[in-house]
Amino acid sequence: MARVVVLGGGVSGHTAATFAKKWLGNKHEVVVVTPNSKWNWIPSNIWVGVGQMSTDDVTFDLDPVYKKIGIDYRQAKGVSIHPNGKEDSDKSYITIEYTGQGKTGQSEELEYDYLINATGPKLNFGATPGLGEGSQLGEHTVSVCTADHADHANHKLQEAINKMKLGQRQKFLIGTGHGMCTCQGAAFEYIFNIEHELKKAGVRDLADIKWISNESFLGDFGVGGLHMKAMGYAVSSRIFAESLFTERNVDWIIGAHVNKVEKGKVSYELLDGSMGEENFDFAMLIPPFAGVGLKAYDKDGSDITDTIFAPNGFMKVDANYSAGAYENWKASDWPRKYQNPTYKNMFACGIAFAPPHPISKPMSSPNGTAIGPTPPRTGMPSGIMGKAVAHSVCDMIKFGPDAKLQEASMAEMGAACVASAGKGLFNGTAAAMTIYPVVPDFEKYPGTGRDTEYTFGEIGLAGHWIKHILHHMFIHKAKLNPGWTLIPE
Amino acid sequence: MSNDTQNKTKYGEENIKAYGQNFTTMTPGWFAKKLRTCLIWQFIRFIVINIKMLIVVRKSH
Repeated sequence: MARVVVLGGGVSGHTAATFAKKWLGNKHEVVVVTPNSKWNWIPSNIWVGVGQMSTDDVTFDLDPVYKKIGIDYRQAKGVSIHPNGKEDSDKSYITIEYTGQGKTGQSEELEYDYLINATGPKLNFGATPGLGEGSQLGEHTVSVCTADHADHANHKLQEAINKMKLGQRQKFLIGTGHGMCTCQGAAFEYIFNIEHELKKAGVRDLADIKWISNESFLGDFGVGGLHMKAMGYAVSSRIFAESLFTERNVDWIIGAHVNKVEKGKVSYELLDGSMGEENFDFAMLIPPFAGVGLKAYDKDGSDITDTIFAPNGFMKVDANYSAGAYENWKASDWPRKYQNPTYKNMFACGIAFAPPHPISKPMSSPNGTAIGPTPPRTGMPSGIMGKAVAHSVCDMIKFGPDAKLQEASMAEMGAACVASAGKGLFNGTAAAMTIYPVVPDFEKYPGTGRDTEYTFGEIGLAGHWIKHILHHMFIHKAKLNPGWTLIPE
Repeated sequence: MSNDTQNKTKYGEENIKAYGQNFTTMTPGWFAKKLRTCLIWQFIRFIVINIKMLIVVRKSH
């Protein structure tokens, strides 16, 4: 009997674990190690953050779901990986520290035959002074990265709305809290959902709403922007984004590295090297992401973290990490199998794998401060990677270590994204987009880097309906309810 | 031209700031915005967008 250990129970880890268990059956063991007791459909946190959904609507308990399929669930965080075993044993193992199940704080060694690292990110609030400490959100701003953060954000939003109802003007600042953030899409959704809710509350005229982000142009979204077919033209996402910001009367600051957050004020540096400050009454700033801080040790106890992990804490896989300058970047730099080059029984998927480089063109200020989006590895690509990795591991178990591995390069897969711009069955809107491929391939598609036959976007009520249906569909799938395997990632 | 006509901002253009950072973008007019929440049109778009998304999903798996 082989044991597959999956670190992380988010979109990628949950997908990998559930498919691995389905394909392996009871002949082999699948263990999930995640510090969370609940699964969270993160795209709907936006609606929790504006009071349109509760935390219960976007989360559910993992324990009964894993019991149903026969997965061994450990509510714990991974601490270290020992791929070569220890002095008296060659068996690979990890150490974990429990965060629940009545064993909080207890450590344990867990042997594995195959390890899938899908830990997701550490929310690195501590990277910006005043934004928070370590992975803890600070007191000056709010976040929508977790369901609890979003709930807290909604309480602050309602306080702001109540002040406006009393005639007080309020300034909203939404965007990224550091020069190296990703997830601009979540902030984009949140700013327009706030705008929509303020209109509904009849207080929009008392609100100044401003966007601040590390993108060098609006509509970059960490993927270097995209060209979409519209009105017979291939139109840049920049035009669409600027249009929406103008239509909804939202001002913007771009190319910004937020370097300090204080009560009611952020300080930032721009790509041209100039410094600025912006006051706010309500701010939601996405933190930068980092690896969760897993360590790795050899048999003799020596630290081999650098062998397995990149300096940013994400796990090295079969990517080309020596591409160098932007001019040398190729679509083929992106990993296809997500297998660690040193330890072939170790894989990483979702946010946990180390990307070879950003997707957006890297930029820095004359002062040398890097300001630009890091690449997104969430949503649909994250699920597809998880499934591909699970498939590869199952094949290695069934057919031996030389089995052909599944491939799922972000430079060859597309993604469907729906960005909400306001919730409502008849007056909601969302930007429905597809992008193909996620990582532009300028050799295959000279010019835009993408196939404009399959890259499109439009805003409207239909997009909102799709986002709402996806919310229910993916929670149904994650709960492993009947027909879950028929719903694509 | 009367002063009234001169001072009237056309629908959808009221947020453009003369020579500001949003001066070069496009803005939707009344009809384009109406279509976004027109139930019949959006039902058609719902079908079309779903088909387009399913094609991309199929190509990506």
